[in-house]
Amino acid sequence: MEWLAGLGHSALSFFQRLGRGHLLFFAILQGLPGMVLRPGLVVQQVYAVGVLSLIIIVVSGLFVGMVLGLQGYNTLVDFGAEQSLGSVVALTLVRELGPVVTALLFAGRAGSALTAEIGLMKATEQLSGMEMMAVDPVRRVLAPRFLAGFLSLPVLAAIFSAVGVWGGYFVGVGLLGVDDGAYWSQMQAATDFRDDVWNGVIKSLVFGVVATWIALFEGYDAIPTSEGVSRATTRTVVHTSLAVLGLDFVLTALMFGE
Amino acid sequence: MMKSRTVEIWVGLFVAAGLAALFVLAMQVSNLTLVDDEGYPLTARFDNIAGLKVRAPVTVGGVRIGRVTAIDYDPRTFQAVVTLRIQARFNQLPEDTGASILTSGLLGEKYVGLEPGGAEEVLAPGGSIAITQSSLILEQLIGKFLFSKASEEK
Amino acid sequence: MSRPEEHLVRIRDLHFSRGHRKIFDGVDLDIRRGSVTAIMGPSGTGKTTLLKLIGGQLRPDAGTIEVAGEQVQRLSRSRLYELRKRMGMLFQSGALFTDLNLYDNVAFPLREHTRLPEAMVRDLVLMKLEAVGLRGARDLMPSELSGGMARRAALARAIALDPTMIMYDEPFTGQDPISMGVLVKLIRLLNDALGLTSIIVSHDVKETAAISDYIYLIAQGRIVAHGTPADLERSDSAWAQQFLNAEPDGPVPFHYPAAPFGEDLLAGRESRQGGR
Repeated sequence: MEWLAGLGHSALSFFQRLGRGHLLFFAILQGLPGMVLRPGLVVQQVYAVGVLSLIIIVVSGLFVGMVLGLQGYNTLVDFGAEQSLGSVVALTLVRELGPVVTALLFAGRAGSALTAEIGLMKATEQLSGMEMMAVDPVRRVLAPRFLAGFLSLPVLAAIFSAVGVWGGYFVGVGLLGVDDGAYWSQMQAATDFRDDVWNGVIKSLVFGVVATWIALFEGYDAIPTSEGVSRATTRTVVHTSLAVLGLDFVLTALMFGE
Repeated sequence: MMKSRTVEIWVGLFVAAGLAALFVLAMQVSNLTLVDDEGYPLTARFDNIAGLKVRAPVTVGGVRIGRVTAIDYDPRTFQAVVTLRIQARFNQLPEDTGASILTSGLLGEKYVGLEPGGAEEVLAPGGSIAITQSSLILEQLIGKFLFSKASEEK
Repeated sequence: MSRPEEHLVRIRDLHFSRGHRKIFDGVDLDIRRGSVTAIMGPSGTGKTTLLKLIGGQLRPDAGTIEVAGEQVQRLSRSRLYELRKRMGMLFQSGALFTDLNLYDNVAFPLREHTRLPEAMVRDLVLMKLEAVGLRGARDLMPSELSGGMARRAALARAIALDPTMIMYDEPFTGQDPISMGVLVKLIRLLNDALGLTSIIVSHDVKETAAISDYIYLIAQGRIVAHGTPADLERSDSAWAQQFLNAEPDGPVPFHYPAAPFGEDLLAGRESRQGGR
């Protein structure tokens, strides 16, 4: 009986959280049109969320591309197909690793920072204080951060993929001696702008919404103590990673399923 | 105010980098690469180019001297017209140079191999290669092989 | 608008509970315009909750809260926000925005709610900072301030929009004697100079009694005593005597409510035998 009650309790609190999350999402959406009048707020947040994530994205993109070059070469050379390295590297990056790895890194770098920031603002009564000053924290604090995350992730993903393609080039062409022209020509032959690049951009837009939403909700819904904030930060990273990987499967099935 | 200005500059750079990255990704797939001014064009007509792609290498004796820039089809002669762009410093190709479509490895990429002849005259920019050999098509080869085997056994 | 009501805040039969715990169980309370009213009581009696109810951040389960003739819990969101522009609140922690310096903190409500030119915002901000004696510290970040300075800065921010009412949540807790004295003086001074109505929630008896015109004592969800400081001093209410004289035991029990001690010990023994 006891475990049944426990199950019921956790199910109820899960759906309550889900409901609160969606209410917050719609409240944020209502706040977005107002951002047109306050572009300065959004710029400030794009800096915090996007520019400060740039280094980790560029470095990771470079190394992921280099590893792809190395591994792809080792596999392809057995079939005498090392000329196809370019297409392997580009398709892997543009379709999957670009959006997904960027979203995971984003959750660790920017998402956790957002959660901690909002959670601490709540714990130190800054959000309450704002409310008492007749300023809606959802519109003033959450909406610009949401917009910034939503805009930054596709940009970061594009940079990740582009840098990764060059990383694969350095290893494949520079070190392993794959033909320069073959690298690019195979890549171009295999990669289609609408089917591959554009679908990747759509994926990263979806991930941007989800990752930022989760980060903001966890911060806003955190128990306002230091322990509550630290747990919320952890939850942000875990939930974002799970959501991104799960959604990636769904999106891939929809886009490339046929 | 100074601080918000640097923030704006950084964000501007960030957005520009993102657009540049997207541009690179787009260029690599849509083949809108800026025209390679270096070098001179040659054309070659093949009966069958099956598998040859734009930007594929053009080699002489295994050394790459240029690349394929365009592939077209001539509806009157029913032939494929391949435009090659050869680097400017390799401007000594004899007029009777032959071109064949080869495959690197059994399943590898198709490329254009040039076979220089012995003529005194040199191929001029925009010139046409007369002696060509089409792509080998694996299915046809296997078909021929099986057919000849079958007829031997009779 | 006819003549302004004598009472800025009127609370009638307020009920509020959190989970199963009753916090307010029929509270009546009036706050006169222009006065400094203290709401005192042992910790954990929901004094901060009362301020949040007045500010409309929480909704009562039953009863009415009227501020300036408007029922707070019935107001639409936009009307509530309009009303809040006329309320200032000083949080226990100060609640300064940690990513803005002092100047921008005080300018925040002005920039959010008015379209004043930056030069005028500057004049107003410097005026408010001067009033709390922190004009020279305007470029400091909140983390660089001492607790007392942070609270004064928050006070400057709370009065930035020239509210009619200001609520102080435990303004004296954790202050050294000097900054406590400064705050005590400042609260009274601002109240009289700006024609404010002040509500102080506190359990620092001496300081609060010194500057308030009227005191409400809350315990166990009810008003247990009220009157001017002098009235309470003389009152024979056991609550007032215990609280004002800081006696350890009295109507506020020393022990958290529990079953009798003996029973509790026996219960533990039984469960140990029965359980395994």
